[in-house]
Amino acid sequence: MLLSLSLFPPQASTNAAEVDALYLFLVALCSLTAFGVIAAMTFFAIRYRRRPGNEVGADIHGSTVLEIIWTAIPFVILMFVFAWGASLYFKLSRPPEDAMEVFVVGRQWMWKIQHMEGRREINTLHVPLGKPVKLTMTSEDVIHAFYVPAFRVKADVVPGRYTTLWFQPTQTGEFHLFCAEYCGTEHSRMGGSIIVMQPAEYEAWLAAAPGGGGLPSGGSASLTPVQLGKKLFTEKACATCHLPAPGGVGPVLVGIYGQQVELASGATVKVDEAYIRESILTPLAKVVKGFPPAMPTFGGQLTEEQVMSLIAYVKSLSDGAGSGAAVPAAPAASTPATLAPAN
Amino acid sequence: MQTSERKKPNYLNAEHTVASWLLTVDHKRIAILYLVSITLMFFIGGLMAGAIRTELLTPAGDLMSSDTYDKAFTLHGIVMVFFFLIPSIPATLGNFLVPLMIGAKDLAFPRLNLLSWYVYIVGATIGIVATVTGGLDTGWTLYTPYSTAYATTNVVLPAIGIFITGFSSILTGLNFIVTIHKMRAPGLTWFRLPLFIWAHYATSIVMVLATPVIAITVLMVVLDRGFGLGIFDPKAGGDPVLFQHLFWFYSHPAVYIMILPAMGVISEVIPCFSKKRIFGYNFIAASSLSIAVIGFFVWGHHLFTTPQSMYAAMAFSIISFAVAVPSAVKTFNWAATMYKGSITFEAPMIYAFGFMGLFLVGGLTGLFLGALGLDLHVHDTYFVVAHFHYIMVGGAIMAYMAGLHFWWPKITGKMYPEGPAKAAALIIFVGFNLTFFPQFLAGYAGMPRRYHYYPPEFQIFNVLSTAGASILGFGYLLPLCYLLWSLRHGREAGPNPWGATGLEWMIDSPPPPHNFDTTPVVNWEPYDYPAAHRDAAKDAVPEAASV
Repeated sequence: MLLSLSLFPPQASTNAAEVDALYLFLVALCSLTAFGVIAAMTFFAIRYRRRPGNEVGADIHGSTVLEIIWTAIPFVILMFVFAWGASLYFKLSRPPEDAMEVFVVGRQWMWKIQHMEGRREINTLHVPLGKPVKLTMTSEDVIHAFYVPAFRVKADVVPGRYTTLWFQPTQTGEFHLFCAEYCGTEHSRMGGSIIVMQPAEYEAWLAAAPGGGGLPSGGSASLTPVQLGKKLFTEKACATCHLPAPGGVGPVLVGIYGQQVELASGATVKVDEAYIRESILTPLAKVVKGFPPAMPTFGGQLTEEQVMSLIAYVKSLSDGAGSGAAVPAAPAASTPATLAPAN
Repeated sequence: MQTSERKKPNYLNAEHTVASWLLTVDHKRIAILYLVSITLMFFIGGLMAGAIRTELLTPAGDLMSSDTYDKAFTLHGIVMVFFFLIPSIPATLGNFLVPLMIGAKDLAFPRLNLLSWYVYIVGATIGIVATVTGGLDTGWTLYTPYSTAYATTNVVLPAIGIFITGFSSILTGLNFIVTIHKMRAPGLTWFRLPLFIWAHYATSIVMVLATPVIAITVLMVVLDRGFGLGIFDPKAGGDPVLFQHLFWFYSHPAVYIMILPAMGVISEVIPCFSKKRIFGYNFIAASSLSIAVIGFFVWGHHLFTTPQSMYAAMAFSIISFAVAVPSAVKTFNWAATMYKGSITFEAPMIYAFGFMGLFLVGGLTGLFLGALGLDLHVHDTYFVVAHFHYIMVGGAIMAYMAGLHFWWPKITGKMYPEGPAKAAALIIFVGFNLTFFPQFLAGYAGMPRRYHYYPPEFQIFNVLSTAGASILGFGYLLPLCYLLWSLRHGREAGPNPWGATGLEWMIDSPPPPHNFDTTPVVNWEPYDYPAAHRDAAKDAVPEAASV
């Protein structure tokens, strides 16, 4: 009992049992194969050991039939394992639509976490039981990897772009969070915990210290990402060109999230977090068709948290983002309209 | 004394000066130069492994600082991969045996061969001195942007060391390819070649095609770090993940540089101690080539957790499963070779059995890592560490030991002592499993690799592993002692102590300086143990010849 406990991390997500099932299948398959080959070799070694009357081996060249059999059978089995692993991977890489979002920024050597409701934490992530959670992650410096053994998930956290990871906790409690990609001196201490709470407790926790978490964050601590993004949208004069209705120098951002847009190059691109990020930091890379390449770059002027907040705000301008709940986001068109004249 | 005067000079005693060694163009002497150098490297790398395992005995990082720990595992990785494993079998046994096995007087380019040793020495010296004095803490994988922009340690010099050493690999590969194509003895057609040659041919192709990529890649790291080129720097529009693609485009095939020659050794040892033809010669030869070719297209399986596209990941996964098939085919053929054999259990065979067991485990656990959904959990954990040690230490080094014992009589003219050799093989096997099997369990339980501190629930695995490592370390010291002992005290081997087939066994041990007095003409199949047995019987009992 004690032994079996230590051979597996806790099974604390909907994925965990499925990953374990494939693991156990492979353990069985591989043990059987290894046992078969070793048993055959042991049998041959004893049965055909050299002794009087057995001075030389039989004159055998091989057997094409056997070769075909032991090429084809492993091939078929391996393709089956591939299909199983790939289908699991699809599930693990595609977060459900209704997943709640959390921003994660990795840096040497800590995890900075930003909840959509405004609460921030470091090296600890509180999540409610039973709800799918999607992490949007980036790094401020080197490559890290966000790894939660109890959920059987891991994803690299790469500077300059977003990666995502999702899970749905099935057990309350505290679980290990590790950095799994070597990132320098304190790599082995760049970890913490995931705390899974009952939804009601989680709501209470969120409400307890809005924006708190004891982090100094330049006066914007009490704002949610959408609120912070909205503030930045004004401060950085984005609203000057991105008007709520056609006619501005830049494209209208209302309702744009999740859409396909045509680029000046003729290609199309889906407006997702990665594209919005790219358009803020290197705006001339993919200019939308019909607009002048006039936007100044904001690369180097925004922290990762600020970029994420701007994205959260742009997303909140479209329906169905779900993450804009903290602001009256639904009639999106009116919100920037009130902003625009301010600049 | 009188007998040695009557004897023809051999490559060891033909000349005695230091210059005759350092300026030799004899492939056999160069093999010895490599043997001495890589043995030194092995023990430097091993010392670092000992330091790592001692530190990990307890969850707290109490023996050394995190910086020192990071430098220790980096040095361990760099030395073992670049300066020991990659040259190990090809540069020693390959160098010694390729010309002998094909009936040639030397490699095609003897001076190039000597140059490749000097290039290796220069590269390895720069690499080691830089890593030891300044220290390098990037891991042997040199991942960007840590290595290019954040590491405060000495990245450039060790990278230059790796860059230089790569050329030694390329030159050796080139030499083998030309030699195998152009210098085979009359009658020695491709399908009469020993499988050791096929394996080295396949390895050489990988060396020549893949090594330039790592050279370019580390050069890019140096330029990025030294001159801020920004190739891997996202702030300058570069892509840090690009490095991983380039790195593994070499470093995955590099695993085949280590394991293919090992497979070649096993293909010689098992038939000899089964006194039987190898089972499925054509299929083993073809599987070496297909592993070499397919092995170029699986690098992305090291990147399943990076933001590479889902479809790229699927392609890399399916190809990785495909490359498992030829390895399986080889394994089944080796096992089948023993069927109806006449099997004896000298040390090379014991090491070969060890190889079979460990390579099986190493290969099969690769399936766990190739399975996409499962890899997301075990990637970058101790499961991976255990897996590649089973392949690279369990597989490649066990086979290297098998080969070293098998051809030791040919190389030195002396027999190693059988008892200690068998005991060492057993001790290494047990120590190895105790060291690395618990690491599979630690990995699945969630212990990440390259951790100086770890949560206490993983301690049990680490205690077992460290205990195993002390046995393993002791096991590796044994051959060093008894093989050196045998140089002086071993009994004379004679030309063919194992009754093996193959041209190398038809000449004296140690071989004369120019290998063959007259170029042999080959009109027989490889591994023709039944015929060899008939011939031996004819010699021993002439009256039986009439049958």
